[in-house]
Amino acid sequence: MKSQSPTLKILTVLSVLLFLAALAMVFFFTPLEATMNYVQKVFYFHISNAWVGMLGFMVAAVAGIAYLVSHNRKWDSLEMAAIEISLVFFLIAIMLGSIWAKPVWNTWWTWDPRLTTAAIVELIYLACLLLRQGIDDPDRRARFCAVYTLVGSLSVPITFLSIRLFRTIHPVVIGNGSANGQGSFAMTSPMLATMFFCLFSFSVIFATLLWHRLRLENLMVAIEERQMEVL
Amino acid sequence: MLDPTISIKYMIAGYAVVVVVLPGYLVSLLLRWRALKHKLQDLEDVAGKK
Repeated sequence: MKSQSPTLKILTVLSVLLFLAALAMVFFFTPLEATMNYVQKVFYFHISNAWVGMLGFMVAAVAGIAYLVSHNRKWDSLEMAAIEISLVFFLIAIMLGSIWAKPVWNTWWTWDPRLTTAAIVELIYLACLLLRQGIDDPDRRARFCAVYTLVGSLSVPITFLSIRLFRTIHPVVIGNGSANGQGSFAMTSPMLATMFFCLFSFSVIFATLLWHRLRLENLMVAIEERQMEVL
Repeated sequence: MLDPTISIKYMIAGYAVVVVVLPGYLVSLLLRWRALKHKLQDLEDVAGKK
């Protein structure tokens, strides 16, 4: 197994620095929102984690298509890596949303279209990882996951658009949303700059983690192949 | 307007989630990497003996 490439090392250090810079911007650069004050600062990481989660699920769908076309197992590795990382980020987004909702909506959870579709997305991809464990043949497993991920990816745009299509209390920060939205606020320039910086930082963090996770997946494949030779 | 003392508690809880879950995932990656490296080494030792 190859050792870490210098690019990956640089990307790892850059990711840590970007994460710390994003935290510093949230706490020291953005102003306090007039109505929600401190808890509104959860917004920057909430939206960034949700963005990266959705990005990863779409990467997995593209990798699934690539596997079905090429039957190259490196696409299956990419798919699994993207799904696992996205599940972590999306879980954080859901948890942050719930923590934000408690003081603003006066509840930890409500079966609102956005929250419900987000929970469904998380469960769909979690099920993919669990079901995958039950298939021994690597090619069948990869084919199953590619098709599953492709079908499952339909839930991602539905979740993204749910606050724009349905009556929901989840606010739309950019653009026009439902009139029932609770917890929306006017974005000032520093808030907007911080939001985009956080989105960028988390995209870099996602790419770094994906690379690390891919190396782990390749190691698993190497072990599987070695086991076939030995046994 | 939300009470700042309540609001700040939820903000801290939110960021605590981030700083616990993300490093937790990193640690899990590291532990899995180490375990797999050991496993690969063992398999190579077995293959070498054969």
